[in-house]
Amino acid sequence: MMMRPKNQRLVLVSAALVALGLAALLALWGLQDRAAYFVTPSEIVAGKLEPGQSARLGGMVEEGSLQQLDDGVSVRFSVHDGDKAVAVTHAGILPDLFREGSGVVAEGRLGPDGVFIADRILAKHDERYMPPELDHLETAAETVER
Amino acid sequence: MIAEIGHAALWLAAALALLQLGLGITVLRGRDDDGAMALAMRALAVAQGALTLFAFLSLILLFWRTDLSVELVAAHSASAKPWLYKVAGTWGNHEGSMLLWVMVMSLSGAGLGLFARRLDSAVLSAALGTQAAIGLGFFAFLLFASNPFARLNPPAVEGRGLNPVLQDPGLAFHPPTLYFGYVGLSVAFSIAIAGMLTDRVGPALARAMRPWVLASWVLLTAGIVAGSYWAYYELGWGGYWFWDPVENASLMPWLAATALLHSVSVLAARSALKAWTMMLALVAFSMSMVGTFLVRSGIITSVHAFAVDPLRGSFILALLALYVGGAMALFGWKIGGVREGERFDLVSREGALVANNLLLSVILALVFIGTLYPLAAEALDERISVGPPYFNTVVGPLALLLGLLLYVGPLLGWRRHRRGVPRSVALSGVIAAASLVTMLIVTRGEHLFACFGMAVAAGLAVASLSPLFGRRLGRVPMATWGMAVAHFGVAVSLAGMASEAAFTKETLVRAQPGEIVAVGSWQVELHDVMPVAGPNWSAIEAELRVSRGDGVEVLRPQSRAFASPPTVTSEAALSTHADGQLYAVLGDGREGEGWQLRLWWKPFVTLIWWGGLLIALGGLLALVGRTWREGRRARAIREPARW
Repeated sequence: MMMRPKNQRLVLVSAALVALGLAALLALWGLQDRAAYFVTPSEIVAGKLEPGQSARLGGMVEEGSLQQLDDGVSVRFSVHDGDKAVAVTHAGILPDLFREGSGVVAEGRLGPDGVFIADRILAKHDERYMPPELDHLETAAETVER
Repeated sequence: MIAEIGHAALWLAAALALLQLGLGITVLRGRDDDGAMALAMRALAVAQGALTLFAFLSLILLFWRTDLSVELVAAHSASAKPWLYKVAGTWGNHEGSMLLWVMVMSLSGAGLGLFARRLDSAVLSAALGTQAAIGLGFFAFLLFASNPFARLNPPAVEGRGLNPVLQDPGLAFHPPTLYFGYVGLSVAFSIAIAGMLTDRVGPALARAMRPWVLASWVLLTAGIVAGSYWAYYELGWGGYWFWDPVENASLMPWLAATALLHSVSVLAARSALKAWTMMLALVAFSMSMVGTFLVRSGIITSVHAFAVDPLRGSFILALLALYVGGAMALFGWKIGGVREGERFDLVSREGALVANNLLLSVILALVFIGTLYPLAAEALDERISVGPPYFNTVVGPLALLLGLLLYVGPLLGWRRHRRGVPRSVALSGVIAAASLVTMLIVTRGEHLFACFGMAVAAGLAVASLSPLFGRRLGRVPMATWGMAVAHFGVAVSLAGMASEAAFTKETLVRAQPGEIVAVGSWQVELHDVMPVAGPNWSAIEAELRVSRGDGVEVLRPQSRAFASPPTVTSEAALSTHADGQLYAVLGDGREGEGWQLRLWWKPFVTLIWWGGLLIALGGLLALVGRTWREGRRARAIREPARW
């Protein structure tokens, strides 16, 4: 069946509107549980993050906290924000610019034991990628230290 | 002196653009009876292109000679650097890359002035005027907010060097390619505006627009493929697409251009989808500008974000609002007057292309929302990041649906399909089903999504070539070849992605020299770790002896330290085979404690980029075929007129 001219434009316009409406709904649905919140150690200690929920944890690596675990490839360190601290484990190669006392963002989720399991570690001063959130945090932490 | 001349050339080019805009308005108001003004505009466009090209070459020369009295050179270059990176450093910074943008913009305008003889002079003048209007905004941005030729007094003793991650041969070509693609779309935008201003939206307009869309799309595709491969081997994370905002910034114009490329063909061939095509032409270049805003404003921090000056961000945002807002307002005002396009049946080539356009638009909207959502949330003081879990879930299934559409679309007749279901569609379906079953058995039901991806790819490999079945291949038009090759490329790329997702093997260990590690079917021996030195870096290098029974190969992943600026990067080592790639990264370690090694075996991963290149090649074939054909047609029309 061939559409009549007036019909055709109407069909096309409504198809486009329906498609965009569906896209918006799909996006809202997708964003609801797939967007990762940026959290600070204080917020984790205060219980803002459910275990298993994916998030980005940002803060400073505590001096002297970095230790090699027995399997030879995992590390454990603690991240603080000048107030509270949270333990983080990561199996993998740390970024080249990872330093104790410097800023990091850990992407991952909170384990049931309260230890943050990071799938990926991003270091401040990394030329490839500098997490923007760290800018505020590092200045804040420096103010606290002073 | 060179800096001053380059700077002056830019000012002069901006003045010519202003003149070009003024003439364009005059012509549009019907005050160009003998066509002299239209001719003058074409000359102005060419002169403007030449001047910006000259300015750009001046900047390259300054970088080549490492002229440290120029602020930009001192901040982003250093005398001890290989020559290729000195030249590539020209666009490895904010000001230089904006000059590249403006140059491409002006060169596109010049190209329009030189080659678009098929447009009648009113439309061409309006298009050149629009091109000048967009150009002026970016000239202003360059001259007032990011002057690449600013002097440093006194000159620096030594430059600060180029970000080491950017010191890579791929970088020399990736940004220019992508920029030509981004900015080439400005011509489609200008032609659409001109068509609406002069009420000439129709097949002739579409035929004039098509080569620009095709060429931009080919370059965008190639640029994205190159960027993806660069991220794959340079970041050392083993992935080929991270849904990083910067990657999305290049994907969004590509999605819009892909939709436009298909609908402009409908308009050219069948005089249907008029308003639709105009809208897509506006959206495509708008997405290029959104991408530029995202990447260059500094609101997203990444290797691509050079500017952290809030003034610059606001400036680009203002330009974006002005041009996109203006174009949409014009669309709203004029589109009611555009005559209804030719009719078509729901089951027809046009119908399939409408479905293709709708799917691409939905994907575009999803990527757009996902990319901008964190920015909106930040305004509400909520810090959120949106990454692969969102994009893969919402975009993946739609992309597969788009792949399925390709089984039938190219085989349907124009206007109304009469011949029933072609046999090759059934064949593709059978092959897809068989691959799905095989994949499910091989992967034991894991990686469900990758199984579907592989199935769609397998069927598509056959379906994409079926427009060529039963025809004498020598007589198939080049544009049809282009379509088949591009669609086959989609199948190849999809197969690579599915294989990478389903069959990658990964090993992460701490190894002592002499130790042997297995990954997939490979045996990897950490033979030795030693220091090495390059032209402007020093490194710790591992010697890996890898084999899978047939001879030993040596891989040398490095951890590289640069002096200026002081940075450490890790350089992955790759061993490429017909059936996949072995990927090795060296982590930290010390004498006695052993070294961290991360190894991947990625079967058929290279198909992802080979497929991408086939897609670009398909576009190139279509471009050449169409241009040649229309050139012949134009000559055929002109020649009898001489008699």
